[in-house]
Amino acid sequence: MGAKYFGAAVRRREDPRFLRGEGRFVDDVTLPGLLHAAFLRSPHAHARVRSIDATRARGMPGVVAVFAHADLGRWMKPLPVFGATPPGLAAAVRFDVRHAAQWALCKDVARHVGEIAAMVVADSRARAEDAAEAIDVAWEPLPAVADMVAASEPGAALVHPEWSTNVAVGFTHGIGDAERALAGADVVLEETFRIQRYVGMPLETRGVVALWDRRDGTLTTWNSTQVSHFVQQGLVGALELPPHKIRVIAPDLGGGFGTKASGYPEDVLVPLAARVLNRPVKWIEDRREHMMAAAHARHQTHTIRLGARRDGTILGLADRIFLDLGAYNVWGIVLPYNTVAHLIGPYRIRDMKVDVKGVVTNKTPNAPYRGAGRPETVFAMDRAVDCLARRLGIDPAEIRRKNYIRPDELPWDFGMPYRDGNPLVYDSGDFPAALEAALDAAGYDAFRREQPTLRARGVWRGIGISGYVEGTAIGPFEGAHVKLDLTGRVQVATGAVNSGQGHETAFAQVAADTLGVPLDWVTVTGGDTAAVPFGVGTFASRSGVTAGNSIADAAREVRGKLVAAAATLLEAAPDDVEIDDGKAFVRGAPGSAVDLGKVVQASIPTFAKPGVAPPDFEASAYHHVPTVTYASAVHVAQVEVDRGTGYVRLLRYVVAHDCGKVINPTIVEGQVHGGVAQGVGGALFEEMAYDSEGQLLTGTLMDYLVPSATDLPPIDTVHLEYPSPRNPLGMKGLGEGGAISPPAAIANAIDDALSPLGVRITETPASPARVLASIETARA
Amino acid sequence: MKPAPFEYFDPRTADEAVALLTTHGDDAKILAGGQSLVPMLALRLARPTVVVDVNRVSGLDGIAQQGPALAVGALVRQRALERWAAERVPLLATALGHVGHAPIRARGTVGGSIAHADPASELPALLLCLDGVVVARSARGTRTIAARDFFQGPLMTALAADELVTETRWTVPPAPAGWGFREMARRHGDFALVGVAVALTLGRGAIAEARVALFGASATPVRADAVERALRGQPPTEAVIGDAARLATAGVDAVSDLHAPASYRASVARTLTARALADAVARAKDAA
Amino acid sequence: MTSRTIRLDVNGVSRSVTVEPRRTLADVLREELALTGTHVGCEHGVCGACTVLWNGEPVRACLLFAIQLDGASLTTVEGLADGERLHPIQEAFWATHGLQCGFCTPGLLLTAKALLDENPNPDETEIREAISGNLCRCTGYHFIVQAIRAASRLRTST
Repeated sequence: MGAKYFGAAVRRREDPRFLRGEGRFVDDVTLPGLLHAAFLRSPHAHARVRSIDATRARGMPGVVAVFAHADLGRWMKPLPVFGATPPGLAAAVRFDVRHAAQWALCKDVARHVGEIAAMVVADSRARAEDAAEAIDVAWEPLPAVADMVAASEPGAALVHPEWSTNVAVGFTHGIGDAERALAGADVVLEETFRIQRYVGMPLETRGVVALWDRRDGTLTTWNSTQVSHFVQQGLVGALELPPHKIRVIAPDLGGGFGTKASGYPEDVLVPLAARVLNRPVKWIEDRREHMMAAAHARHQTHTIRLGARRDGTILGLADRIFLDLGAYNVWGIVLPYNTVAHLIGPYRIRDMKVDVKGVVTNKTPNAPYRGAGRPETVFAMDRAVDCLARRLGIDPAEIRRKNYIRPDELPWDFGMPYRDGNPLVYDSGDFPAALEAALDAAGYDAFRREQPTLRARGVWRGIGISGYVEGTAIGPFEGAHVKLDLTGRVQVATGAVNSGQGHETAFAQVAADTLGVPLDWVTVTGGDTAAVPFGVGTFASRSGVTAGNSIADAAREVRGKLVAAAATLLEAAPDDVEIDDGKAFVRGAPGSAVDLGKVVQASIPTFAKPGVAPPDFEASAYHHVPTVTYASAVHVAQVEVDRGTGYVRLLRYVVAHDCGKVINPTIVEGQVHGGVAQGVGGALFEEMAYDSEGQLLTGTLMDYLVPSATDLPPIDTVHLEYPSPRNPLGMKGLGEGGAISPPAAIANAIDDALSPLGVRITETPASPARVLASIETARA
Repeated sequence: MKPAPFEYFDPRTADEAVALLTTHGDDAKILAGGQSLVPMLALRLARPTVVVDVNRVSGLDGIAQQGPALAVGALVRQRALERWAAERVPLLATALGHVGHAPIRARGTVGGSIAHADPASELPALLLCLDGVVVARSARGTRTIAARDFFQGPLMTALAADELVTETRWTVPPAPAGWGFREMARRHGDFALVGVAVALTLGRGAIAEARVALFGASATPVRADAVERALRGQPPTEAVIGDAARLATAGVDAVSDLHAPASYRASVARTLTARALADAVARAKDAA
Repeated sequence: MTSRTIRLDVNGVSRSVTVEPRRTLADVLREELALTGTHVGCEHGVCGACTVLWNGEPVRACLLFAIQLDGASLTTVEGLADGERLHPIQEAFWATHGLQCGFCTPGLLLTAKALLDENPNPDETEIREAISGNLCRCTGYHFIVQAIRAASRLRTST
């Protein structure tokens, strides 16, 4: 494969339509006779539905139908759950896992604010909302449980009484002998760290449009989802149709970040309504619905013990972890085990033990969001390391130099499985090099020299470090299909959905190089189930690796077919045929060059003769990855803290990262920036807050604080490239990384800024009120 | 998230507007810039059956200054006043720069912000600081209400349901005067957790007059009377300012919310008062 | 709930449309005038995705009722390019990777246009402040700020 495009900073090919306002997002899909849906949602955290009376609503202008659970009972099945424990993992860890049925329309009990009680379909959204207000529900409030630790204790109100506990995922796990390691340590640092509930918050909300075609019994649905094939699978069960009768199209997505990778009631309800009413139906989630019913994320508590020698050598760690899963355990062991698998990160630690409880509460269900357990676990670990360093009087950079795994120690085998059940073995990278590169770019040493002078002037600046190693690009595969048309132009289709990552450009770069055609010849579509029969979707930093390699495989196969046909046409041996720039030619004879379109056309039978080869210039591929690839990075944040107000200003941010081979460095850099911005949000601003009764306090974007341009500094990115041996393209996953380390790096920087005061940040977001309180606590 | 249905009127004169308010009373809401009202309508937290859009009412968009007396028509957009004030009343321009974001200020009106009376917003506090007056009109006639009497609680004012704010009047500090404006918000453009506005004049080595208004700290914006008394006639030293600023929250019943507890607001109110006073003194010395 | 027929000048074209009072400008642009480049991200005036220009000033289309705009002159994202030729701000966003998912982009382009029309040479602080009312969840703003600086250079050099 020539590398004309792979590695080049090609301008994105999808951009012109977005710049012109001509993207096609789900709300831009319109159909003749379209009806609009609105939902009546539970205002209670936990309540029994005594009765639902929709008589008034049904009589209101424009209303076509009102559905409660009983009205669609024939179709109601529990929503799909994700994250079944793979055999390799089940063999190594004994998980105690519980699931409970979650219904698209609440059956008898609502378990979080925002759970759907009834659906209205009307001739406009406004009228559907008018009618939803007119539905009379007799709610019987039940005791709600909001605090994850309290919920795990005996006697707590139960979210699912049939379990007799709120612990949905429980397990212990260990490698080596942590207690012995801790017993032999000179110091053992113990601290509890809390990471708040914060979320993906894509700027485009979710949305579903569904069209039922009674002529051939086909359902077409446009869904702002990252996982169109998962949505299709859910509909196969719900609608009792074979997959080929259900076409799920993910149109342009206005961001996803994991929030749109879960299964949702509306995925099913909107198609059901279209089928029952035989009319197209649209539902666009409004922001208030998004806040209360789109998946939440994060929210963990770690009580960590970290033991070390006096010289800073870390010996072992023990961590007691609670995760708040919300009202339903939608994702099984995924978040709890991700948390465990990333706790140690770049540190040379052979002795670890964890006690993990994933707890249900009366809140919106959680799902993986950009990092999926990693930002939380890295926050706990890197904060603990900094606290340890301070106790030992060692610089935070120095303690990392001492404890980071060296490149000559790779591959590093943990002796435990990764979340996919395969052995957790770091494949490639250089964590100390990333550390030095980040420190260098951040001017760490110069800052350390300047810091005392600044403090003397009353300027409280600090610098903080955090590093991670991330299992990326989880398998098992992604689907791709490559085909040529009559002019030799290339259509690439994949199950991977583009939600802003530049797939239409990056995947075209891969296909164009592999086929030997100009980039302009390639069109990439993602997330249309009609174009690829089997697919997985975009999440877990997986699409570049999984779809990229599948596209390369399929394109290689098509290239082979082209070579065979061209060889016949050019009367040459296949081994002598080359393809470049859209032309096939005999090696050493450029005059023989023939346009690929001609090769295709010569393969089409005519009245006079059959073609030179079967006119079959397409191929599918489902590249299997053996396990994840390990991307890594070190982040350095510099902050200034206003001692009088607790306000934290982020001055500089540096990322030195490795994501293996890079298709398009500009896109990579953009992904890093975006991840960092979301991590900064988690560090300083964002929180989905509930009161003790399970009432959601952050119902709008006035209360949930997404960082704006004035809240973020310029971001310096240092690219390191250590190819992964685990896929032919040498790539690693990228999308999530930027979001992992900011909470830890920024909290470490705040601690560093205020170190003479003895402040210890143990909880995010580090809001001004929280920082000022910790200053006052330290002073007291 | 669509508003509940309402009837819409867009009167062309203040007389027509107040006649509509008289007819519809509590069922009606006045729509000016709409930057606070329309979100409440969209969320169905406000559900008037009648919306009286005053944007086409003539004669409410003037800015006039005579000496220290500044009259601002109720429909003057915040962005317009910000531009006007940039060279003339920097305290006002600076405070306006903290009102939402430019697109909010392009539409939001001065009168609307004051009538809305959000305790954490800037303009009510500025009106209070600059000894302002609200001119309110109804079918019963026109009256003026001093800012000190106008703000009665969160989103509560002395206005009756049939009254329309037509103008606000401000007393601009004479030159050479110093000013200070400090605000703590979670993000730029957010409502203040706490903020303070100061207008201060120096005379012969002493503070002749200081006007200090706090916002965000309590249910309404407040004048920090104790601070003002403590400063009057005193030399503008760091010690005097520091002692006075500690009185900023005397008698203030600080509020708690999602973003900060009352104790934070009280503490930061004192801190920001000290800083704003120091800024004001420095500016007054520069101007002298 | 009496509907009214209003006239709007959108991107230089006069359009007539009948609207119920509660219909926002954003919804009317999208649904009645098929100008779907104006995106709706929050419907309560925070995210800035629906920003359009009214007499050159950026305003939130979700916080205006269309019925208020009879006779108004508006620019939406669809009015920026000159036929096939992208506006310099659009070019700059393209060249510097100032967009990812593209959902916030229309509002940012129009906010940037209003900024540069008023202040052709903004510094980084002024740019960040000017766009602080436009949330972007993908880019971290780094490349957006660079795009606006590049657009500023592009415009002042021609």
